[in-house]
Amino acid sequence: MTATPLLELRDVGRTFSSGVFSRRRVRAVAGVSFALEAGRPEVFAVIGESGSGKTTLARMILGAISATEGAILFRGRDLRSVRSHRDRLGFMRAVQPIFQNPFEAFNPLKRVDRYLFASAHRLAAAASKAEVERLADTALHQVGLSLAEVSGRFPHELSGGQLQRTAIARALISRPSLIVADEPVSMIDASLRMTVTNLFRSLRDELGVSIVYITHDLATAYYVSDRIIIMRKGEVVERGEAAEVLRAPQHPYSVLLKESVLSIDSSNGGDAIPSR
Amino acid sequence: MRDLHAHYRVSNFGIRRDVRAVDGISLEVGRNEIYGLAGESSSGKSTLVKTIARAIRPPLFHVGGDVTFDFRSTGRVSLYDLPADELARLRWRHLSYIMQASMSVLNPVRRVRHSFMDFAFRHIGMRPPEFWALVAEHLGRLHLSATVLDSYPHELSGGMRQRVTIALATICRPDFVIADEPTTALDVVVQKSVLEMIREVQQQMASSVLFVTHDMSVHAYLTDRLGIMYAGRLVEEGPTRQILRRAQHPYTQHLVASLPRIGDRTERRGLEGRPPSLAAPPPGCRFHPRCPLAMPVCSQEAPPLVNIAANHRVACHAVKGGAA
Amino acid sequence: MILPVIGDLLRVNREFALGIVMTGIAVAVALASFFSPYPPLDVYVVPPDVPPGEAFLLGTTSRGQDVFWQLTEATRNTLLFGIAVAAISRVIALTVGLLAGYLGGVVDRVLMSINDTFMVVPLFPILVLFYFVMRDRMSWAMLALVMASLGWAYDARLIRSVAMSLKSREFTQQAVFSGMTTRQIVTQEHLPYVLPIVFSTTLNNLNWSIGLEVTLSVLGFTDVNTPTIGGMVYWANQHTAMVAGVWWWIAAPVVLIATLFIGLFLVAASVSEYIDPRSRLGRIGADK
Ligand SMILES: Nc1ncnc2c1ncn2[C@@H]1O[C@H](COP(=O)(O)OP(=O)(O)OP(=O)(O)O)[C@@H](O)[C@H]1O
Ligand SMILES: Nc1ncnc2c1ncn2[C@@H]1O[C@H](COP(=O)(O)OP(=O)(O)OP(=O)(O)O)[C@@H](O)[C@H]1O
Ligand code: SF4
Ligand SMILES: [Mg+2]
Ligand SMILES: [Mg+2]
Repeated sequence: MTATPLLELRDVGRTFSSGVFSRRRVRAVAGVSFALEAGRPEVFAVIGESGSGKTTLARMILGAISATEGAILFRGRDLRSVRSHRDRLGFMRAVQPIFQNPFEAFNPLKRVDRYLFASAHRLAAAASKAEVERLADTALHQVGLSLAEVSGRFPHELSGGQLQRTAIARALISRPSLIVADEPVSMIDASLRMTVTNLFRSLRDELGVSIVYITHDLATAYYVSDRIIIMRKGEVVERGEAAEVLRAPQHPYSVLLKESVLSIDSSNGGDAIPSR
Repeated sequence: MRDLHAHYRVSNFGIRRDVRAVDGISLEVGRNEIYGLAGESSSGKSTLVKTIARAIRPPLFHVGGDVTFDFRSTGRVSLYDLPADELARLRWRHLSYIMQASMSVLNPVRRVRHSFMDFAFRHIGMRPPEFWALVAEHLGRLHLSATVLDSYPHELSGGMRQRVTIALATICRPDFVIADEPTTALDVVVQKSVLEMIREVQQQMASSVLFVTHDMSVHAYLTDRLGIMYAGRLVEEGPTRQILRRAQHPYTQHLVASLPRIGDRTERRGLEGRPPSLAAPPPGCRFHPRCPLAMPVCSQEAPPLVNIAANHRVACHAVKGGAA
Repeated sequence: MILPVIGDLLRVNREFALGIVMTGIAVAVALASFFSPYPPLDVYVVPPDVPPGEAFLLGTTSRGQDVFWQLTEATRNTLLFGIAVAAISRVIALTVGLLAGYLGGVVDRVLMSINDTFMVVPLFPILVLFYFVMRDRMSWAMLALVMASLGWAYDARLIRSVAMSLKSREFTQQAVFSGMTTRQIVTQEHLPYVLPIVFSTTLNNLNWSIGLEVTLSVLGFTDVNTPTIGGMVYWANQHTAMVAGVWWWIAAPVVLIATLFIGLFLVAASVSEYIDPRSRLGRIGADK
């Protein structure tokens, strides 16, 4: 590996201490390392127990919180040195988030289109109103929506799926090279899930975007991702090619995880005859 | 719990258009039954559930129809005829509702413990030490330690918050639980034990659960009967196993077929086209613009929901009673 | 969207309606000052000590001023004073609270230590001290400025705590990654959440500053030459109005200030109950 990686994590850790008096300490993430290469866009899946620090990891990659241990490098540059407003804007142009809960991802008192317009204006340097709207509309079409459906609406007027697709569209506006998606499909239905994961594929293949894909859905992780890490209690317990790891997991937790996957064939519903 | 019949309409006066998110739906949830509700995003599942729980807020309005519950201790009650204080008494104790946006139940500036105080303690009639022991035990079954009680909601991970709200809704062991996508943020291991807990509570109490999720494998695992919604209407309903094995409605067939599996990386497509706008739904069968089997009659007449087998109802012109 | 809300409040909420009417009376009196036939500072323009009656609605003072017109002028000044104090201190409280809450870290610590200093400073002695230092240079505007800078600390802390919880929500991150500036996030994303709080504390602050000003004026610790309600009572006391039987000179300002006080209090109470951001999205008709 000669070229600088797109994203590199070296022994990253994060400890939260909360409570002024009690000083409870939570080690949310510990000793996580991996790298995404620059020339080879991929979907990198992060799977793990609930509360295992996946969201915390994502927030560190996004620079929203800083790592307490180790270093995160984006294109060879330590995120700690991305400080000034101009650097931050440049960073955000290249790295965009998609959040876990679509209902929380937009300010409930504001119309959702303002985020699209702000992105187009600030990050994609669209000057005129027409240009801003064109960019927003193009991005929305990429996720199966249109500006006409979204503009002027408040978050509570859209369903979870619509909101999530709007959030993805917003992230696409600045044509980023890395998207950090924290459970982007957990709130949307299977059909749409496929639309979104197929979208990730085409983002990777056509636009060359790398995606850190955090999810609980092993099936879509298998379907779309190239490499995978499995986390538990803040640590990586298994890593490798997604297909390999999910077909034959090694670590006991990964095995348990795979065994717990529900499938429509494992039906035990429908047996109980409703008593009335 | 019989004769749950609902017909509602969302109207958004701000934009002056009616969004018929729930349009003439009748369904029944039997006692001692887990009824599943599945369907596309924005097909109106949450809206239906809100109207059933009478948790409606403008711009959502209840336009017509009736919701009747038959609780063991209260007898038959018609929810929309009930005065507000009476309704408040039913909530949590008999009828509890796990909302999709679960954060909004938890007060962001107060510790989780206070939410338990506010919602559950009043209804359960126990002395504090016993109550907290019960809470701790209950949280334990959801794989949570009792320390979450002393955290603020923002200090918890998404899955932890979701489990806290499930704990809140089930701790009083109500007769009827409505759960709107309660397990979306959980890992599969925890999800499985949460589903088991729900099933266990349901069986102990012989209560009823209305479980909304678009995850068909969860339905397969948990629910007894399944209703499929499309664009504000119920298009198919029947025993879960039968629906998953022998889906009749073209939309349901697609839904079942589109599920990805581990070990199978073949290309799967989302449904072509977009979900119809509920403000101006297509005439006739609402699925016809996207339906592979669409016939001329489909765009003119809305298919009625007919019985094709015992307990199995379908609304589709291509599936006539007795066929298949 | 504000107008229909006010309409609904008027219909549904008795206290609000009463509060609005009472405050409205005070405002109407203040507005009447623009039609005053006499310059406010002139004395002996009418016969002194005339009781309320046909010629002079509320009687006249021992200094030969018409009580009614004097009152209109005084009310206007007092109200303006309160509004000025409330407005200035609100701007300070909002800026400090939102920035400290959103930015956190060093900014937060510095701002909050200033804040805490102001919180523990004893108000009344400071103001009296100020009067003795400034003496004749103590103008109306000066007093407003001093009081404004003493009256923001408590609310700033409140606003900061709201801003802190807003900061941890996902939509703030969404805004950050949409490239919005700190100013945009604070003024457009967070401000709407704290406005309800600010709105009701503004009314309370208005009450507080008016009350303080009246107290100071009655005791003569202000620029007594600008007619204010407190100033009127001060002059009446100087002329021992009560003993001399000129009760209307004192009664008129007292009744007016009571009306204004209760009115503002009622409006503040009902509005703060109403504009809670959680229930704001749709309340009308929900539980009727
Ligand atoms: N601001 C915070 N203060 C204190 N503890 C925190 C904070 N944020 C997260 N934590 C703790 O860090 C741990 C990891 O949380 P995180 O949100 O990263 O989990 P996650 O893997 O995303 O879980 P999920 O799958 O449920 O979303 C949890 O134990 C959580 O309580
Ligand atoms: N307050 C509202 N005003 C206008 N339209 C609304 C409002 N709330 C919901 N809708 C619309 O009603 C439709 C149904 O929404 P609902 O939330 O019930 O869908 P859902 O089936 O629960 O979807 P999901 O699985 O994504 O949660 C959507 O098209 C949505 O845009
Ligand atoms: S009624 Fe017609 S359009 Fe509708 S699902 Fe059946 S075949 Fe398709
Ligand atoms: Mg998370
Ligand atoms: Mg929903």
